[in-house]
Amino acid sequence: MHAARAAIFTVFLKEVRESLRDRRTLWSALGFGAIFSPLLFAAILSFTIKRNDPQNDAPVVLAVSHSERAPNLVGHLVEYGITVVPVTYEDATARAAVRDHRQPLLLMIPDNYATKFAAGEPAPLQLYSDSSDPTADRDVRRTKSVLAGYGAVITQLRLLARGVDPTTVAPIAVHDVDVSTPASRSVVALGTVSVFIFMSLFMGGMYLAIDATAGERERGSLESLLTVPVRREHLIYGKILAACAFMTLSLVTSVTALSIVLRRVGLEGLGMSVNFGPMTALLIVLCCLPLVPFCASIMTIIAAYTRSYREAQTYLGLVTIVPILPMMFASMMGLRATAGLMAIPSLSQHFLITSLLRDEAVPPMFVCLSAGVSLGLGVVLAAIAGRLYHREALLG
Amino acid sequence: MYEAIEADAVLHHAVRACAVIEVSGLSKRFGTVEAVRDVSLRAADGRITGLLGPNGAGKSTTLRILYTVIRPDTGDAFIDGTSVVRSPLEARRNIGVLPHSAGVYQHLTARENILYYGALHGLSRRERESRADELIELLEMKDFATRRAKKLSQGQKMKTALARALIHRPRNVLLDEPTNGLDVMAVRNLRALLLSLREQGHCVLFSSHVMQEVAALCDDIVVIAHGNVVASGSPDALRERVGQSNLEEAFVQLIGTAEGLE
Repeated sequence: MHAARAAIFTVFLKEVRESLRDRRTLWSALGFGAIFSPLLFAAILSFTIKRNDPQNDAPVVLAVSHSERAPNLVGHLVEYGITVVPVTYEDATARAAVRDHRQPLLLMIPDNYATKFAAGEPAPLQLYSDSSDPTADRDVRRTKSVLAGYGAVITQLRLLARGVDPTTVAPIAVHDVDVSTPASRSVVALGTVSVFIFMSLFMGGMYLAIDATAGERERGSLESLLTVPVRREHLIYGKILAACAFMTLSLVTSVTALSIVLRRVGLEGLGMSVNFGPMTALLIVLCCLPLVPFCASIMTIIAAYTRSYREAQTYLGLVTIVPILPMMFASMMGLRATAGLMAIPSLSQHFLITSLLRDEAVPPMFVCLSAGVSLGLGVVLAAIAGRLYHREALLG
Repeated sequence: MYEAIEADAVLHHAVRACAVIEVSGLSKRFGTVEAVRDVSLRAADGRITGLLGPNGAGKSTTLRILYTVIRPDTGDAFIDGTSVVRSPLEARRNIGVLPHSAGVYQHLTARENILYYGALHGLSRRERESRADELIELLEMKDFATRRAKKLSQGQKMKTALARALIHRPRNVLLDEPTNGLDVMAVRNLRALLLSLREQGHCVLFSSHVMQEVAALCDDIVVIAHGNVVASGSPDALRERVGQSNLEEAFVQLIGTAEGLE
């Protein structure tokens, strides 16, 4: 027992030392978690925030051709915050101006507008826009709603003039009732937190897991290693432990970085409230830890079946997606945490992370299930990896 | 054809302890390919035994079974009387191995590579450090001992691998095509080392497909072809057996073809 522990520790130390000297391993363990994932996350967040931001209230700039033909209409537009730029175009020149983006949006008031309006007939207006320009979309909608508002005012005035109650033409009234809370609106953003945490976790141990089998074989050091008087499973346990150490390192860096980014970006702008202080970060790390041996063993097992370093890299790159699949499935199906679902590694951690960020109470039973099942499966998988190290096909 | 082994099968343990490496009736299949078939041989201490045969004859498979990386389908091999099939861990304590591809860890220095194996063999820190220094001296590795392995030349890497194989003072040394890819100077050094190991009473068993190398170095030669041992004995005995005064001609005649030999 003592000899076994000493051997496992020897392998562990050597793997850690070698990985610390290998720029590629270090980069994938620390670089991804500490730099790439928070940056990407911040980019996604700021994009989301931009779309919902109050800057949407920036005034719409509307070019109006022949504004002198409809002074009341133009007055209404200005009153509702639209910046009117008086211009003079004919139909063909108006089309060209919008197409060439010289004018983003153009309202044409035809010469028969005033006569039709006075006659009580529908008065024509032409709104020129480029629907292939995504930024114009918002301005078009705003302008149309202001125009519709003007129409509604005129309708009411005309009805009143004829002695009709204006409510006659409003048979129904729809009111929006939004029951979402700031926290529940942040579900999508929080899902992304789990994705980045899991990806960092995998990246941290990837090169070590490959090295255990495919790497040793490709370097030609595997056969020598198998001639030392140490049981093969102990060699692989040492390697899996080293992978776990780097995955933990990667986990800690990425959670720390995400916590800093999330608090900097300020989700309040999104109408979300998120609790991601140092304590939450610590708890997130703790509830992800049981997942570490599980992922390390899975990667080691897959690498054992590959024929080369490159092949292993390809497969493990794909495997990175696997822990994300149950999460995506759960969010598509709108699943809530249940005891059964807490037995699924990665999904259960996702639920725990989300609950922690939303400041929801988690049943202790769920925490135990998540940690217990993930750890248990991790141990089983490590044992399987140990058995695989006995395969003669391993030598290639 | 191979009476010596027949007798060995009934040798008792005490006698077997002197006959340092003993192989009897090894067979191994990989799928439909029969890599070795009923291979028996014997390598004694204080002698250099060469395993000669063309490429693909089964030399590597035989050695791999001996250093316990693969298990034979039938037969067994004994290292200092310890069965490689029944107690592989025990057998590994008494062998030093230079496999066909003896890669070293790129990010460790030559010395750290050697020390790692010392630790895996269970040597104490003091023991493995003094032994590593001894080997660095012996193999003339001083100039590059503290350099990272990825910056070493092929010959320097080979020396590192060799030192690593000898860190635990094994009584038996197994080498699979050790001169492959080495330049002339490195080959000379290796030969000198093998001879000094013999002087110290080690049992040295190495494989090669280079006739001159085997002829120049070996006290005993085991000729393997198509997974079978076709002849064995001292160079003189082999020459005598086929009635050829030239050892090279003798090998070609024993193997049946010159293909795969150098």
